[in-house]
Amino acid sequence: MKQYVIIGNGTAAVSCVEGIRSIDEKTPITIVSEELYPAYCRPLISYYLEGKTDRNRMQYRPDDFYETNGCTVLYGKTAVHLSVRQKTVTLSDGQTLSYDALCVATGSTPFVPPIPGLETVAKKYTFLKLDDALALEQAVTPDSRVLIVGAGLIGLKCAEGLSTRAKSITVCDLADRVLSSILDNACAARMQTVLEQHGIRFLLSDTAARFDGNTAIMQSGEQIPFDVLVLAIGVRPNTALVRESGGKINRGILVDAQMRTSLPGVYAAGDCAEGMDISCGSSRVLAVLPNANLQGFCAGVNMAGGTKVFDNAIPMNAIGFFGLHALSAGSDRSDEPGGAVYEESDGQHLKRLFLKDDNLTGFMLIGDTARAGIYTSLIRRQIPLHTLDFDRLKQTPTTAAFSKETRKKAFGGAV
Amino acid sequence: MKRIYVNEDWCLGCHLCEYNCAFANSGEADMAAALKGKPLFPRIHIEEGDKICYAVSCRHCEDPLCVKSCIAGALQVKDGVITVDQSRCVGCLTCVLVCPYGALAPNENGVMQKCELCLQNSCGEPACVKGCPNRAIVFEERSAVL
Repeated sequence: MKQYVIIGNGTAAVSCVEGIRSIDEKTPITIVSEELYPAYCRPLISYYLEGKTDRNRMQYRPDDFYETNGCTVLYGKTAVHLSVRQKTVTLSDGQTLSYDALCVATGSTPFVPPIPGLETVAKKYTFLKLDDALALEQAVTPDSRVLIVGAGLIGLKCAEGLSTRAKSITVCDLADRVLSSILDNACAARMQTVLEQHGIRFLLSDTAARFDGNTAIMQSGEQIPFDVLVLAIGVRPNTALVRESGGKINRGILVDAQMRTSLPGVYAAGDCAEGMDISCGSSRVLAVLPNANLQGFCAGVNMAGGTKVFDNAIPMNAIGFFGLHALSAGSDRSDEPGGAVYEESDGQHLKRLFLKDDNLTGFMLIGDTARAGIYTSLIRRQIPLHTLDFDRLKQTPTTAAFSKETRKKAFGGAV
Repeated sequence: MKRIYVNEDWCLGCHLCEYNCAFANSGEADMAAALKGKPLFPRIHIEEGDKICYAVSCRHCEDPLCVKSCIAGALQVKDGVITVDQSRCVGCLTCVLVCPYGALAPNENGVMQKCELCLQNSCGEPACVKGCPNRAIVFEERSAVL
């Protein structure tokens, strides 16, 4: 009997189901879910700790989603082997599933380096899944001193989520600034200030060299006592299933614009996949929810025999801490030939537009973020800047800077 | 489906649509009580350029990037109308980051709000259309402009 199989049960898997069902309403879909829960909004785990959402509201889709869409979900299982020749996947419980088309949406796993003495730490966690948030909810009390290793997005959202639950929060990172992979020095300093105003302490250009029970001995020699340790150093795409079957891997599973891997009949989507980032012109893992959704849907349509391309992926990050928002998209290519930066900055707001030749390739907005999507659309659609009033647009994102013809299409007809 | 369309040649830039929108969504019976002396958070706004102005509200896109990008599953499509479930929204602004029209903005509490065509409020039909003195905003069935 014909069936589709999806490995994973996150955002990409859900939108893969929706993509399949937009073409094929009948063929059964089997979903292999390592986690024991229906798909939930993964980026909300810090908001859960903060009390801004709850388990019920975190559901990504209505309760009857799987039933309505003819999906069987196998909870608590993983795929351990893929046979492309036989078109089968073997699961962790020994069961074998045959597929007509397969989508690998296995996400990523926190990277935990072998820091000496880590085994002596009683309460240590990573922060990626709902179970991590539930465990931290139990572990952290008003007397807890929390040490977070890693000042990237995951570590800082964890710090924000725990800020009213813990006695103290210290965040360390080997980088000299927070969010070093997303923000430059000036932007990072502004975000750090807001976090510090809410009691979060930073140790930058320094990290835990070893642990001794409830003490971290830093590279600088400083000793940090703590009760709860969170390791937020980074994540790695889960590529093993495809790699071990001979599929092409870089950092993630390489996919084309139709989300096909190098293996016939096998697609990949979400945080495990690596596709073209048109803002920098090379392939990248874009581990953000919008990308997972768009990739998953595209994979689903193609798995079901439709034709869909997703060929304008770019990085898009909405970052916010304690009410201060930073929105960024695309890439900074200003150091390349033809590159330039337009910048406006005062004490409250910051705007950087990254230009190259006749295109906007990226931007960063802190504070005043209104209508940022107009800038994002210029990057995604690679609109030549000479076709619009860029002097107006650089001051404020407005569709009034577009040509009359473009405006007529946007506001005078269905889009 | 019926959507809101604007004709920039007829827009006077009077901003009445912004007031009518904020009033229709205020839940108040009296316009003065709803708006007087308060900051305005309309779901439509006037864009102004060189000698042109026009109103912008949600286009209710057929392939809505905001819905696909929402990290909280708060933006949904119901019968072609894009709505926001404010109880789910965490105010992350991802939708602001992706909307090509600049049509979404947070309310006074940082929760997203957007044009839902006045289908759920007391107006029952788009208040911006009803109150536009020059018929620069209309609510009707159209296909794409090619």
